Amino acid sequence: MSVLKEKLISSYMAYQDDLDQDDLIHEMRKSAFKEFELSGFPTRKNEAWKYTPLASLIKEDYSVFSKKTNALEFKDVKQYFLHDIDTYKVVFIDGIYSSFLSETTHDGMDICLMSAALIKPKYRAVIEAYFNKAIAKDSLTSLNTAFAKEGVYINIPSHKEVEKPIEIINFATGNEASLMLQPRNLIVVGENAHVQIIERHQSLTENPVFTNSVTEIFTEKRGCVDYYKVQNDRLSASLIDNTFIKQGRESNVSVHTFSFGGKLVRNNLNFYQEGQHCDSTLKGITIIEGKQHVDHSTLVHHLAPNCESHQVYKGLFDERAVGVFNGKVVVDKEAQKINAFQQNNNILISDKATINAKPQLEIFADDVKCSHGCTIGQLDEDALFYLRSRGIAEKEAKALLMYAFANNVLQSVKIPELKKRINTLIANKIGVNLGFDL
Amino acid sequence: MLEIKDLYAKVEEKDILNGINLEIKAGEIHAIMGPNGSGKSTLASVIAGKDEYEMTQGSIQFEGEDLSELNPEERAHRGVFLSFQYPVEIPGVSVTNFVKTAINETRKAKGLDDMPAKEMLKKIREIAELLDIDRKFLSRSLNEGFSGGEKKRNEIFQMAMLAPKLAILDETDSGLDIDALRIVANGVNKLRSENNAVLIITHYQRLLDYIIPDKVHVLMDGKIVKSGDKNLAKKLEEKGYDWIKEEVKTL
Repeated sequence: MSVLKEKLISSYMAYQDDLDQDDLIHEMRKSAFKEFELSGFPTRKNEAWKYTPLASLIKEDYSVFSKKTNALEFKDVKQYFLHDIDTYKVVFIDGIYSSFLSETTHDGMDICLMSAALIKPKYRAVIEAYFNKAIAKDSLTSLNTAFAKEGVYINIPSHKEVEKPIEIINFATGNEASLMLQPRNLIVVGENAHVQIIERHQSLTENPVFTNSVTEIFTEKRGCVDYYKVQNDRLSASLIDNTFIKQGRESNVSVHTFSFGGKLVRNNLNFYQEGQHCDSTLKGITIIEGKQHVDHSTLVHHLAPNCESHQVYKGLFDERAVGVFNGKVVVDKEAQKINAFQQNNNILISDKATINAKPQLEIFADDVKCSHGCTIGQLDEDALFYLRSRGIAEKEAKALLMYAFANNVLQSVKIPELKKRINTLIANKIGVNLGFDL
Repeated sequence: MLEIKDLYAKVEEKDILNGINLEIKAGEIHAIMGPNGSGKSTLASVIAGKDEYEMTQGSIQFEGEDLSELNPEERAHRGVFLSFQYPVEIPGVSVTNFVKTAINETRKAKGLDDMPAKEMLKKIREIAELLDIDRKFLSRSLNEGFSGGEKKRNEIFQMAMLAPKLAILDETDSGLDIDALRIVANGVNKLRSENNAVLIITHYQRLLDYIIPDKVHVLMDGKIVKSGDKNLAKKLEEKGYDWIKEEVKTL
């Protein structure tokens, strides 16, 4: 048994005694823990984890809870916020809510804490209706459920357009020698309601952090969610992001994932289109180097007719970096007139970089339009010659081409300040320094 | 300015250029015509320094310097410009930003500071006007979604901005309607001086109605088989290439 599993089992016993036995989700925690105990961490024998080994992560003796409450000054972490515009903020420091850095609301909607929602009677109906209802039963999600205590609770009522973006930030201070975090988020978006959310996980030191996060999102009829995941963490930080999205009729959900840093990142992004005329957008840009590892495992499950899904994932891999793209599209028999589009383009900058790409289509309906394309290559020689013939040196020309390759995924980012920020991150990451404002 | 002597070049073991001799002096306009596959575009790419072509024999001198020793960007810094037959799309980089980058990279190579923003803006405005290009066009991503004509006009815009000593126009007339052709030709003519030269590579004579060449060369099977003045272009337009083939055979 891995060091971490042993630790989790012993911690769970103590943790359970600590919790309120009448808690709404107490039974769920118990059975989820049993599931985790039984299946353990996934190994490479599991097809879905073939290219993403967790062995090196679960050897570490993480603290499962932070022993004390830590504080941060805003000025020290300002750079991680979208500080040039007004936003709602839900901030956690080592897994514990920071009211000082947060800006929550109960004014016509709830943007607050999971810990509060789990115990207060007024949230009971929502928790009962939605909590743990979108998840797939895999061991990491079960593990998160077993320890579910804190995270973000967002409930946007019908016809409400949230006027500013919500930032969810999980800081790790490094006060623990190594720390495991398991945030649990629930987001319910009512009929015709709109919301924009930005999520990031940020470690502040070189002490190891392992985050196993679960986010459930429900959108009712014509609801609209734009979700942005900014993954630009330190080399000591690893993240397993499990996101489950259930879409009602005519709803529109987009998730952009920007993976620029971290030791190991696994994105399990799952869309379930349950109502007709849904629209799902999954976009990702991965730019990594060194020995970094980023895995995008996506699922778009079309359960209803007349829906669309659009997936575009682009990756640039340098040095010994490893990328994985496993894009699964399932079209049920009832889901006629589907338009499912999937595209995955990768550029290997170094000979030693690796990309494992695997598109998977399971189509049971007969009247559908499904397309997928996957490319793995180097930079286009003709394009390089074009730039060089205009006097742009080879190194800059390559950087410009990589920038152009990644950049067009940003077109669908709807928050201009975020778009600018990501644009700059990409340019810095690639080393485009061409004397113009991006 | 440009002196090509006995130039042989191949791509992937296939001989394309088989002994080209060509001299272009400052202030001159030359046209190279020839049937498909005669090596016209290869010649343009070899002068600009494309890697995949291997020069096996001969020399290319530009203002007394051996070009074959220089990489493409160094050739551009010396004043060689190639207008591409198929320009490349660069999403996310506007026409303006691209041309600024190209100008400042060239200045950097010459040890100069960036062109002051005000001067750059003025130059962009003047040349855009000359080529009848509107401002919206300049803020679009380079060549992305451009029509054939827009791409060509954008090439000429870049040429005008970079003010090269030798401009090579590779099939710049293809994809242009008559109005666009006139605008492009007008632009090229306005930028002419005693200090620069133009090499036009084309299938058709029609661009040569607007840009009058000093010399016309016919390229066949990687060789210049006939040279003459602008009347040669007219004759080719009327009679095609067969009569030259016959002439070459009898030689």
